[in-house]
Amino acid sequence: MTRYILKRLLLMIPTLLGVAVLVFVLLRVLPGDVVEMRFASGQNQFVDQKMLDAERAKLGLDKPVWRQFMDYMGGLLRLDLGRSMWTGAPITEELELRFALSLQVAVMATLVATALAIPLGVLAALRQDTWVDYAVRVFSIAGLAMPSFWLGIVLILGLLVVFRWLPPMVYTPLWVDPWQNLSQLIWPAVAVGYRYSAVATRMTRSAMLEVLREDYIRTARAKGLWTKLILSRHALKNAMLPVMTVIALEFAFLLGGLVVTEQVFNLNGLGLLFVQAIAHRDYTLTQALVLLVATAFIVVNFLVDLAYGWIDPRIRYR
Amino acid sequence: MAVNPPIEILADVAAPGVGARWLDGVRQFVRQRPLGVVGGAAIVLLAVVAALAPLLATHNPLANDYGAMLSPPGAQHWLGTDAHGRDVYSRLLYGSRTALLVGFGASVLGATLGAVIGVASAYFGGRLDLILQRFMDVFLSLPLIILALAVVVILGTGALNVILAITIPMIPRCALVVRSSALAIREMPYIDAARAAGYGHRRIIFRHMLPNVMAPYLIMLTAFVGQAILLEASLSFLGLGVQEPTAAWGLMLRGAAVEFAETAPWMGIFPGLAISLAVFAFNLFGDSLRDALDPRLRTQ
Repeated sequence: MTRYILKRLLLMIPTLLGVAVLVFVLLRVLPGDVVEMRFASGQNQFVDQKMLDAERAKLGLDKPVWRQFMDYMGGLLRLDLGRSMWTGAPITEELELRFALSLQVAVMATLVATALAIPLGVLAALRQDTWVDYAVRVFSIAGLAMPSFWLGIVLILGLLVVFRWLPPMVYTPLWVDPWQNLSQLIWPAVAVGYRYSAVATRMTRSAMLEVLREDYIRTARAKGLWTKLILSRHALKNAMLPVMTVIALEFAFLLGGLVVTEQVFNLNGLGLLFVQAIAHRDYTLTQALVLLVATAFIVVNFLVDLAYGWIDPRIRYR
Repeated sequence: MAVNPPIEILADVAAPGVGARWLDGVRQFVRQRPLGVVGGAAIVLLAVVAALAPLLATHNPLANDYGAMLSPPGAQHWLGTDAHGRDVYSRLLYGSRTALLVGFGASVLGATLGAVIGVASAYFGGRLDLILQRFMDVFLSLPLIILALAVVVILGTGALNVILAITIPMIPRCALVVRSSALAIREMPYIDAARAAGYGHRRIIFRHMLPNVMAPYLIMLTAFVGQAILLEASLSFLGLGVQEPTAAWGLMLRGAAVEFAETAPWMGIFPGLAISLAVFAFNLFGDSLRDALDPRLRTQ
């Protein structure tokens, strides 16, 4: 087991290295850099080359690309993400609040998705090919079809028309005022969670269908066990493995993937930060963000695999 | 062709009456998958609307009518007008062209390239497989939208670049799925037979392996169309996709639609409905197709 964990941890390194290289290369291919962007948005119309060069030298952008790459790698090795090229603030500081916000929305959306997906998926599997099954499938496919940013617009509009109430538009951290915080973040969580419940619902349905055909279910029925008990003890437990995977991986993507929804709900999360960072050509911040999102995904993936062995004793890793 | 050993017959087997079998399959699909038929019909309808947009439109989708800005749905403008006085109904019709172009373009490109890579990776195995897999891992560890955004910022906006931006993150997703089916096919006797008959790698990959991963390929393809339409809408909504004044659904939701959500809800509601219905149709069809093609889930 320890060997397996070590092997997996070691295997993360090439993937993360690949992500780091990929984002580094992509950023250098982008036309323009942070200095140009800053002067383009500033007031001073007359910028001479000297000022640009001085600014570039300050940020280390005058060094050859391979040198910049070595600096970047060196920083990563020391777990030092450096400072944002745009604001000059340490990147950890830039990320902190946004990460808390994105994490909270992702957790809430995952809860919404799970609460919808598991009961609906089980129901659809039990009533396969009846109108219940069709209704559940239409409901979940509809969730997959609606852009969550549009669902967000409709939600806000609905609240406004029906209750003459708008959710607060300014972020309050959970530890400052939980009520204020939840009444803002529940709406994006619902809009996103509904969408993400679709995949999990479908997975629950098909996993249940597969398990319900197993011999041990027939045996349990034959010995006269309560249907309720068969479902909860025998069927659901065995069907949960793939569902768990899907939910966990979606959670990982939710952390950084809510770029558009955050825009609609005026949330200052990681997705919005990514759009800004890339628009500002803020190399250091973009690199840090992409690495953060990829690390989250890879780590969650790893944890899911570990959980497999824990939940299903038949699975052993070597 | 006398040189060909008899094993050729074994390797290049094609059951008689493939056409008839295919038709049978369609008939069975229609009978057993009512939801899929609804989805298919909606896709056909969408294609017809896109093709006949100039005939069905009541106004020029690009023409500004400054006398009728933000006017509500009525006899003159069936679904109202936007902040520039453009007819929402006509723009919706023309928007279906953008959606279908990007949707099909990106998914056909992405799924096909992904299938070829996936099959090649499984067929050759060994070091190539390992390297390709690590490469795919890198792409798979990032959300679709982040990758698409990065690509579109580099390439620039516009329909063609948006198609490429959506294609790139889709390739590894399809490659992954196709590879796992191809791994099983590689062990089949007919592949050994083809190899024994002395066929080249290219022929085995294209004639023997690819046709046998058609099921996962088609499933991925239909699933991708919906996703691609959604991604295009997201990119356009962010202002990084198709550019004004082109009629595109995501673009119609951008900016003014949110600003005027209360006073002119038709601007925001109808394009969103169009996106949802189009993606819904493709997903419904794709879902039923998967059930029909994946024998493990087939209803007994």
